[in-house]
Amino acid sequence: MNAKPLWRALRPMICGAALLAVLAAWPASPQAQGFAGLGSAAEGFALPEPRALSFPEDHGAHPAFRIEWWYLTANLSDAEGTDYGVQWTLFRSAIAPERGSSWRSPQLWLGHAAITTPQEHFPMERFARDATGQADVVADPFSAWIDEWQMTAPEGSPGISALTLRAGAERAAYDLTLTADGPLIAHGEAGYSIKSEGGQASHYYSQPFYTVSGTLHLPDRSVDVTGQAWLDREWSSQPLEGDQTGWDWVSLHLSGGHKVMAARVRDGAGSYTFGTWITADGSARALTDTDITLTPQETHTVAERTLPTTWRVELPAEGVDVTIEAVNRDAWMALSVPYWEGPVTVTGSHDGRGYLEMTGY
Amino acid sequence: MIDARDITKTYPGTPRAVPVLQGLSLAVSGGETVALTGESGSGKSTLLHILGGLEAADTGIVTIAGQDVGALDEAGRAALRRDSIGLVFQQFNLIPSLDVGANLAFQARLNGRYDAGWAGTLAERLGLSDLLSRYPEELSGGQQQRVAIGRALASRPPVLMADEPTGNLDEDSAARVLDLMLSLVRETGTTLLIVTHSAAVAAQMDRRVHLSRGRLSAPSDAVGAAS
Amino acid sequence: MILLTLRALTSYWRRHRGQLLALLAGLTLATALWSAVQAINGQARSDYVRAAQQLGGTEQTFLARADGGAIPMDSFAQLRRAGWRVSPVMEARVVVGNLRLRVTGLDPFTAAPGTLPPAMAQQLASDPASVMTAPGRGFAAPELVAQLPAESLLPPLDPTPGLPPREIVTDISTVAALPDAELVRLSLHPQQPRFQTPLEQIAPDLVLQAGTGRVDATRLTDSFHLNLTAFGLLSFAVGLFIVHAGIGLAFEQRRATVRTLRALGVPLRTVMIALLVELLCLALIAGGAGVLLGYLLAAALLPDVAATLRGLYGAAVGDGLLFRPVWALSGMAMAVLGTGTAAATGLWALARMPLLASARPRAWSRVSERALWMQAAFGLVLLGLGVVAAWALDGLVAGFTLLGGLLLGAALMLPLSLALVLRLGRSQARSVLGAWFWADAQQQLRGLSMALMALMLALATNIGVGTMVSSFRLTFTGWLDQRLAADLYISARSEEQGAAITDWAQASRLRLLPLVSAEQTLSGRPGDIFGVKDDPLYRDSWPLIAAIAEPWDALHDAGAVLINEQLARSAALWPGQEITLAPGWRVPIAGVYSDYGNPKAQAIVALPELESRFSGLPRLRFGLIAPDTESARTQLQDLGLSQGQITDQAGIKAFSLAIFEQTFAVTAALNVLTLAVAGFAIFTSLTTLAALRLPQLAPVWALGKPRAALARLELLRAVLLAGLTYVLALPVGLALAWSLLAVVNVEAFGWRLPMFLFPSQWVWLGLAALLAALLAAALPARRLARRSPADFLRVFANER
Repeated sequence: MNAKPLWRALRPMICGAALLAVLAAWPASPQAQGFAGLGSAAEGFALPEPRALSFPEDHGAHPAFRIEWWYLTANLSDAEGTDYGVQWTLFRSAIAPERGSSWRSPQLWLGHAAITTPQEHFPMERFARDATGQADVVADPFSAWIDEWQMTAPEGSPGISALTLRAGAERAAYDLTLTADGPLIAHGEAGYSIKSEGGQASHYYSQPFYTVSGTLHLPDRSVDVTGQAWLDREWSSQPLEGDQTGWDWVSLHLSGGHKVMAARVRDGAGSYTFGTWITADGSARALTDTDITLTPQETHTVAERTLPTTWRVELPAEGVDVTIEAVNRDAWMALSVPYWEGPVTVTGSHDGRGYLEMTGY
Repeated sequence: MIDARDITKTYPGTPRAVPVLQGLSLAVSGGETVALTGESGSGKSTLLHILGGLEAADTGIVTIAGQDVGALDEAGRAALRRDSIGLVFQQFNLIPSLDVGANLAFQARLNGRYDAGWAGTLAERLGLSDLLSRYPEELSGGQQQRVAIGRALASRPPVLMADEPTGNLDEDSAARVLDLMLSLVRETGTTLLIVTHSAAVAAQMDRRVHLSRGRLSAPSDAVGAAS
Repeated sequence: MILLTLRALTSYWRRHRGQLLALLAGLTLATALWSAVQAINGQARSDYVRAAQQLGGTEQTFLARADGGAIPMDSFAQLRRAGWRVSPVMEARVVVGNLRLRVTGLDPFTAAPGTLPPAMAQQLASDPASVMTAPGRGFAAPELVAQLPAESLLPPLDPTPGLPPREIVTDISTVAALPDAELVRLSLHPQQPRFQTPLEQIAPDLVLQAGTGRVDATRLTDSFHLNLTAFGLLSFAVGLFIVHAGIGLAFEQRRATVRTLRALGVPLRTVMIALLVELLCLALIAGGAGVLLGYLLAAALLPDVAATLRGLYGAAVGDGLLFRPVWALSGMAMAVLGTGTAAATGLWALARMPLLASARPRAWSRVSERALWMQAAFGLVLLGLGVVAAWALDGLVAGFTLLGGLLLGAALMLPLSLALVLRLGRSQARSVLGAWFWADAQQQLRGLSMALMALMLALATNIGVGTMVSSFRLTFTGWLDQRLAADLYISARSEEQGAAITDWAQASRLRLLPLVSAEQTLSGRPGDIFGVKDDPLYRDSWPLIAAIAEPWDALHDAGAVLINEQLARSAALWPGQEITLAPGWRVPIAGVYSDYGNPKAQAIVALPELESRFSGLPRLRFGLIAPDTESARTQLQDLGLSQGQITDQAGIKAFSLAIFEQTFAVTAALNVLTLAVAGFAIFTSLTTLAALRLPQLAPVWALGKPRAALARLELLRAVLLAGLTYVLALPVGLALAWSLLAVVNVEAFGWRLPMFLFPSQWVWLGLAALLAALLAAALPARRLARRSPADFLRVFANER
């Protein structure tokens, strides 16, 4: 379950950008991998261990761990029913398991954001050094930011039960208010998520129950929108296996208030799928390869890469057999690390909407 | 071969512009040798220059080898000089930076009538065979004038015009040069118009005309025209 | 026919090889000097551009504090959080041995694309950790890397061509580790987000500025390049005099040939085409040789020029010269155009030459006296324009207009002045021969006037530039003696070491003068404020050029300030007025001191005053007054200082003077070259005249003057004309020196230099001019002396 953006830590440098290199390639350089193989203790990074999540502290940063993220996706629609998608992500990547003073802290921050409409897609990216005030996460009162992008709990609201969310660049920006109407979901054993192969683990929890309202600022118009959002919080120190080539990830809000998260990790031989079933009342059940199936349907070519933008998702135990289809098939994140991420609509046994991420194509 | 009618020429700029030539006419037939005599400043050279296409007459018509000189432009007159007229000057006017051989061949090469055999014959007849690689400044006056005559004849012009060709030479060389020129002219049937103030030279020509006060007169046995 | 004509015409050169050589040499020299200067300028300019790119582009706008102070990191974070896409630039000063270095830290995370030095970006891409984690990686010019010892304070350095000579670029984390590193500016990303909080609400003390925030070398170096260009143009003009003389002679001597050709039936058009082809060939051959020679010359001079630009202006110019096809083409074009210009009059005269005029050569450049007066009047107008421009215009343009007007005007007035002197001489002549000598000189003047004008330009430039350089050197050395009065100069590695040095000096009862400074914008110019201790050293020897009474008392007791001349002149601030040194710090000016070679503004205040205004200024550099420098040096080394941290006064002086000499090495080289070219112009002109002058000399010969005596008179005449030209060039040269010192220097550097006269230099230059004329006249005179009597006789025979 901890698979999601950990791919970032694995992927070799793609575009050669210095910034990407620092964030992505450093932990993945051969030396670092060698160290990882010997054991994380040698590098001094903390290892995930079974323990209960503790709030509000765990909303904040865990600098002793190598990698961590605050990852929010939102499915929105305007008064006419047009679908929109919004992404807001803050990554923390540590070169060493401590925070230094001012410019010399060996930790780095990366922000990704996007607005997706049926016709347009606006990916955005920010980089920052640690301990300069340019980017950071404070647990209580909760605030995560990089530059003017922010995910902040309004005054007086506890934990992350309510958030204001902002991001933008030259052409597009958004300004949203989020309110959670369900509990936090701890994955694995109370948030300690162990992977069956390799033994890697992470601390992992989600808040999939946000309702959203706000405004999208597009180049030629501003649109008032409402909808749902899903926040993932995960931190770890160990990368995944080296032969994994990428993965496909979905988070779906289904009719009836159910939610499902599923990830399909591809390697040279085939794929392994796992996920979480979340009921409307907030109880969660882990899913394995035998429980859930993700099947590519139609492919589409964007940025000279061909990837499936229509999928069939089957979860027989819960009576789920749906087709998901990209709202905008061109939702390509053409950033220092390129990938596909965008909103989807759900039809079939259940209606609904959700988010799709595809990497490694 | 040479037909000049009613030639007048006045040099502008002089305070009282005295006409140098006043309605002068002259006809010379092919192969004829004519001496043009007159006092210093009588206009002999001017007439020769007009006939040679070096200078234009104010009025009158000049026909050389069938060509109306007055109707020609600068390039046309240059072509006429190149193809039809051999000029021999008092000051030789050789090209100082070319050797004797190159000077000899120059006009013939210009008009495309160069013939190595003829040039060789001319050089031999003119006594220049041993001097071909010398430069003009290394030659005596008589030798230089022989080169000039050779240069003119090598191009096989129908008309040879000579302006005091022996004026810069001592008597002996003058006589030798003149003899050579006359014999060559006669052998080749070339028309010769020679300006001279020497009666001895004039006497050797078929005909003599005298220029005085801008008009021609035939001394003693004159045949030539006067207006 | 064209080939035949061409052959007949060009055969002339085979018989006049010396003349051909002179012509080609003149054109080659002219092209070479011009191309060399262009190559140097081009190289320097492209290096500036490269350096600007290496440093993140001069065009970038940035935010900085209005008072030039350090920017708090909070301001950076707040700006970023308010949507301002700014990238921090942190700077630290490091002293290594004699070198004061700037370490600039950039932030690859926020820097706009393409603003990092390419070498740094490459290294980041291949091994980011090597740049961004300790010890980091520095990028510096190869010359600097070679100069620097392994210094623990500095990160490992990568030689990176194109970076400024005293700058090390690192990741910001690396510079942040150095003492005194400060956030000096925030570069603005060219693209900004849609929504931003206004600047004044976040950081009201920051202002938007354009450029890089460092001393703008462009304006300074512009003057240097303008200077070089002026020299190049001058050399080219002088070279063209040679070409004009050579081609004029060749045309003149071939008039008879041209007539003969035309009489033999070659059309005029063909003759003209043949001559043009000939000229083109000459131009191409000489142009090609000139471009090649120019390249070699530039390559030889470039290291000196680069040293000058680095030393004097801190501008980044490498020593390597690149070959640029465009440059070579422009050199060729210049040669062809120059040849065309020089030949235009000759061609025109040939084209209009009547076919039948007598074949006697005219004096080919005979100029009527009326024309001389006209020319002189035009010269006077140019002179007037120069003066008016200097008075009416501002900046370097004014200075150089003044110089141009002065030089050209004076040159144009020369022939008339000489003619008048010669006329005077003639009227004073006692003997017939004397009268003839003067008259003949007058006649010769006409053919020589171009060459003499060239000589005058060269002499005046020599005097002017020589006087300027010598005045500068004299002032500079005197100033160095005053400024560098301490016996030893010490730079500490750390504040601890600085404190140890202070303790030691106190214990040893030696006078130790801390050199503490803070970077500060002064009257809108980048500058430094120095704090000084009250010491007799300053009171006795500081080079003040203007001051109130008892300036040092005012400084130490009343908080007054001394400012450098550059600041005083640019801000028009003089003793008695007040200056704002920092927000809320306005003080009276007690004096102005000369500060040569410093492009920045500078102010001096009492040390306690400075330290109370700027906290945490490190005491790292000291002057020490020690009667026994050797023992002091030994004791300092016992304190743990390395040899390189201690410099004696003589060392700094030698270093400063070396920079100074390098600065003017190019000037001196060009000076010698222009003089050589001018001498050559006289030679070709005299050679040209020699043949034409035979008719003038023949009658005198016939009257019983031996050839050798005639030749001596020829020599005497050349020397006389050169001498007169020199005498007339002297005031022009001094006027030039004054303009350079009092107008151009002030505009270019911000300081005015006193003018000193160096008569011994003039004597040497005068002798050089006479010698040049003598040498130039020697060969033609020798030929005259050896001329066969027959040649003289021929003159009569030909009625010439």
